[in-house]
Amino acid sequence: MAPATAEYDIRLIGLTKRFDDVVAVDGISLDIDRGHFFALLGPSGCGKTTTLRMIGGFEEPTEGRIELGGVDVAPLPPYKRDVNTVFQSYALFPHLSIFENVAFGLRRRGVKAGEVRRRVVESLDLVGLAGLEKRKPRQLSGGQQQRIALARALVNRPRVLLLDEPLGALDLKLRKEMQLELKRIQHEVGITFVHVTHDQEEAMTMADRIVIMNGGHIEQLGTPSELYERPRTAFVAGFLGASNLLEATVSGDDRVTLAEGSVVQLPHGMLAGRTGTVQIGVRPEKLRIGEGDTNSLSGIVTESAYIGVSTQYIVDTPAGPVTVYVQNDRTGGQVAAGERLTLSWSPESTFVVDAQEGTL
Amino acid sequence: MTSVAVPLRSRRGTLAAAVAFARRHVLTVYSLLFFAYLMLPIGVVIAFSFNDPKGRFNYTWQGFTWKNWEQWNAIPDLQSAIQLSLLIALIASIVATLLGTLVALALVRYGFRGRAATNLLVFLPLSTPEIVLGASLLTLFLNLTSVLPIGFWTILIAHIMFCISFAVVTVKARLIGFDRHLEEAAMDLGANELTTFTKVTLPLIAPAILAALLLCFAISIDDFVVTYFNAGNRVTFPIFVWGAARVATPPQINVIGTAIFVVAVTLMLANVVFQNRRAKQA
Repeated sequence: MAPATAEYDIRLIGLTKRFDDVVAVDGISLDIDRGHFFALLGPSGCGKTTTLRMIGGFEEPTEGRIELGGVDVAPLPPYKRDVNTVFQSYALFPHLSIFENVAFGLRRRGVKAGEVRRRVVESLDLVGLAGLEKRKPRQLSGGQQQRIALARALVNRPRVLLLDEPLGALDLKLRKEMQLELKRIQHEVGITFVHVTHDQEEAMTMADRIVIMNGGHIEQLGTPSELYERPRTAFVAGFLGASNLLEATVSGDDRVTLAEGSVVQLPHGMLAGRTGTVQIGVRPEKLRIGEGDTNSLSGIVTESAYIGVSTQYIVDTPAGPVTVYVQNDRTGGQVAAGERLTLSWSPESTFVVDAQEGTL
Repeated sequence: MTSVAVPLRSRRGTLAAAVAFARRHVLTVYSLLFFAYLMLPIGVVIAFSFNDPKGRFNYTWQGFTWKNWEQWNAIPDLQSAIQLSLLIALIASIVATLLGTLVALALVRYGFRGRAATNLLVFLPLSTPEIVLGASLLTLFLNLTSVLPIGFWTILIAHIMFCISFAVVTVKARLIGFDRHLEEAAMDLGANELTTFTKVTLPLIAPAILAALLLCFAISIDDFVVTYFNAGNRVTFPIFVWGAARVATPPQINVIGTAIFVVAVTLMLANVVFQNRRAKQA
């Protein structure tokens, strides 16, 4: 969903959080556009949850600003911010009925009884759980509780909805369902969603912008396809899907030389002024068997695994081991371990990351 | 039962059936004996509240009467002793529960200098022998007689002191299992600190606070050792019973004992019914 204007809903400026001597979030700056489904993605301990909790007002930033619609909210308590949160544990009030749970925020703002009823019903409708008003939270399944938590937050029509790994406690099937459901709801209400997750597939499925965080920093920001096709760091290349990273030396415009001497052609401008040693990467599914493309490498197959839809090979080339996924779109043609295999790929499938990042 | 249905069964068969019956029901029989052992003294107390004793001691059954119940306060000083006990138990349990809840909140929620020490100190009154507690309190109060005469206030202070520990332990247990995200969620939805406390925290720890209140009341009304040291010339119900037992045991003591028992059981049953209904609703 494209934003109507280039208006920022959330702007983080030099946001830092230190717990004693541990730096959880290290001076991140980030603009989140209005109406986007935004994912904060990273391994556990990367600072994504702390960032979300600072936006929600549950952690006080050590340094930096949090602007919400242009106003710095960093010093404000949670109840004075126009954001609502869906907690990982759902945090439904066990002593209140579903109706009162959803109505909680409206009642705090003194909304009139009739309006409360109308909006609660509307909001339960949105998450597909109309008719459960009288139940207590513990009478609902995990998936239903999750939807109630969502309804309870959305009923307030916040500027921004924060989601803290909301699908973490659901089983796989339900999680897949809820991913699509969340995306549908976000389209329907048009509110900016900021979603924290460590599941790269979940982030790719739902978000239209992803920030990958690592060690309290932002590694890269972009659309799912930008991050996948053009990762800028070795960390991003490894975190989103599988990658083959090979050491190379810059040997000309849009050209590098691998350790064993073969030349690899890159997309135009990919090097972005880099010189000396770099790493080039190519996704395993973008390698083809045979010499059809501009760049090629050959080596001995050391492992071959048939997994139905594709076959995975590990090929030991002079430049290092390379993983290849080959679609099983024809019968036969399996290559056994020990055989020699030539691989080729197009310049467009190649990306470059800084060499020193590879040690991360 | 089966031997009646099958009259031709041999003696050996009957014996085997008896053994089988005993095997099946050994736990039931054991449980019944266990409860009889527990309940017998209480049964005796209740029964003897209806006794019509000849003489000063209520130890042998003479005949049934309602007289003791009708004239429950016929014994001099009994009524005032009960009133004092009730008053002290009421004030002590309310004050101790209030303070204990605050202490528990502080201990669970905040890290502060001396938290570990406070945790330890709270447990001290629970682990100190009552006789030591009573004697040390008396020593303290004897040094303060110029400002605080020994009597009502010293009893009250002593009761609040040991009740706080029970209240802290009870409420703390509930707070430790409390999901802090619930309070964050309340604030996220627009509730300030006070509203969050009254709408979310308090309702959720209310069962523990109520339990602490009842526990403190029961412990206070029942206390003899500490009270005896610090009562001066005031007489609470346990002290009255102790004094009376040396010269006479009027059946009115049984009446009061029975009444307390009935109130306690009623409260307990009410609690069970209430919890069941809540569980069914939930």
